Amino acid sequence: MERRGKRWVNSLIVVWTGVVLLFFFIPIAGVIISSFGKSRYFRFPVKTWSFKWYEETINANLTENLHVTSFYVAGCVAVIALVLGFFGALAFARYDWKGRIFYQRLIMLPIFFPQAVLGLALLLWFTYVGVLPSWEAAVFAHLVWIVPIVTLIISIQVYGFDVSQEEAAFDLGANRWQVFREVTMPALAPGLFSGGLFAFLLSWGNFPLSTYTSGADSTVTEWLYTKMSSGYTPMIPTIGAFSVYGSIVILFIGYLLLVMRRRRAEKRA
Amino acid sequence: MASTLDAPTPPPLPQPTWLQSLGQWLRQPGFISASPVLIFFLIGFVGPLVIVLGFSFLPERTFGFHGDWTVDNYVHILSESYWIPFVWSFGLATATVACCLLISYPVSYGLARIFGRWAAPVMLLLVIPLFVSENVRLFGWYLVLLKGGGILAGSTQALFGFDTGTLLYSPGTILMGMVYVYLPYTLFPTTLGLSLVPRDQMDAASDLGANRWQIFREVELPIAMPGILIGSLLTFVLAVGAISEAKLLGGANIVVVAHAILHEFTYAQNWPLGSAISMFAIAITGILVIFIMRRLDLDRLLGRK
Repeated sequence: MERRGKRWVNSLIVVWTGVVLLFFFIPIAGVIISSFGKSRYFRFPVKTWSFKWYEETINANLTENLHVTSFYVAGCVAVIALVLGFFGALAFARYDWKGRIFYQRLIMLPIFFPQAVLGLALLLWFTYVGVLPSWEAAVFAHLVWIVPIVTLIISIQVYGFDVSQEEAAFDLGANRWQVFREVTMPALAPGLFSGGLFAFLLSWGNFPLSTYTSGADSTVTEWLYTKMSSGYTPMIPTIGAFSVYGSIVILFIGYLLLVMRRRRAEKRA
Repeated sequence: MASTLDAPTPPPLPQPTWLQSLGQWLRQPGFISASPVLIFFLIGFVGPLVIVLGFSFLPERTFGFHGDWTVDNYVHILSESYWIPFVWSFGLATATVACCLLISYPVSYGLARIFGRWAAPVMLLLVIPLFVSENVRLFGWYLVLLKGGGILAGSTQALFGFDTGTLLYSPGTILMGMVYVYLPYTLFPTTLGLSLVPRDQMDAASDLGANRWQIFREVELPIAMPGILIGSLLTFVLAVGAISEAKLLGGANIVVVAHAILHEFTYAQNWPLGSAISMFAIAITGILVIFIMRRLDLDRLLGRK
């Protein structure tokens, strides 16, 4: 009786997840469909399908620059945020120290700062200090907001980590580096992975911080926003479609790496 | 070695000078690993904040620090209709959080408990849209909801022969756009929180005769709370600062806070007023955050053992 009730709830959850996935992909499907249209303005149902705007976009030599800038920014942000966030999370969740409670609340503040304001504030600050807007400045701006988030995400994992495992390893004669590599890192790996992924994602999709700080180095989101609010071009869906394809490839590679890692771990065990 | 790191430093018997205790405080492993982040925030957060605070007290339309100080900008906000964007932003953000929690909890539960080896592929599918920038996805909704030739209107017209009319430019559509964009920020922390709930503990509660609701309230929710709470706060704050949703899906009908600030900094060229509106937004979210945080023990909520 109870079993059956549980199964019923479970299938309801499966259906619900399906609906949410559908909801997630509707607009993306919309962008991809419209990127194959031939007409200058989008009308559904599409009358004639073509690759016309793909050719135009590639010939315009624009996509590469935009995506490379976005990728550089997001990559740098992910790496730096992981390093800062890792130590930040140890201070946040693991060590007992005077001032920790204050520190925990302090580093949360940038998250609770409206981003458009943060972008403007950083622009004023950069001007004041004498830093010119560029993609490096955008990396810095993204970090101000992303480092606390990554710290929090890793902290959740650190809280769940049993410190006595480390002590056991030390007692068994492992040195500091071995403990770090064989005990601490594997235990924190899921948190680090989701932290890095979040950092990359938040930076990749960020618009309010980039728009004030990146100067002439335009990212994909900035270009799209400018074009959407003034001067529609059929390249918008095409560039949008490009970033969809790119993300699928990147995620597929990441997923394969994860599966391979798990296989290897199983083999070792 | 690790045990010495974690043991609280014993209070020294002879009264140390303040310099010694400062040195001792600075040598704590916690402070040392916190210091990179702290230095970074001093440069990247406190500095800019001080600049904005300074600007908010300057007279109208000044661009440098050499005038007299004034509180006119704050008076201006309260006496004119500048509070309307605040009502919109905070109302929409509250509604967004509520919707996101209701939508994501079952999915998170499924990911953490039911899907088993299907959880990873489902997670992957949920992550893909995140890699596509917010603006593109909102543009996708724009294409779907467009009047006449949009995907929804076009389909209903071709299949059933009736026009849905325009679904754009209403508060409901903006809310839908915000829920769509910020759902992952509730979903993933919630999933992480739920995956921290040990299955044994739930089974034990079940064996001891707890029903589904009791397990949820007494076991699942307390342990999963850090994730849920972080997810909700993150979603709320992102939603308060949202600008693209209202602009792309709401047209010019609804002005949100971020839009009002942007307006002062660009078209109106009134940096001090823009700074003052910013300080207002910061103060309101800040009070809310402090209020919530003070009632919560972060350590216990985040699951410190």
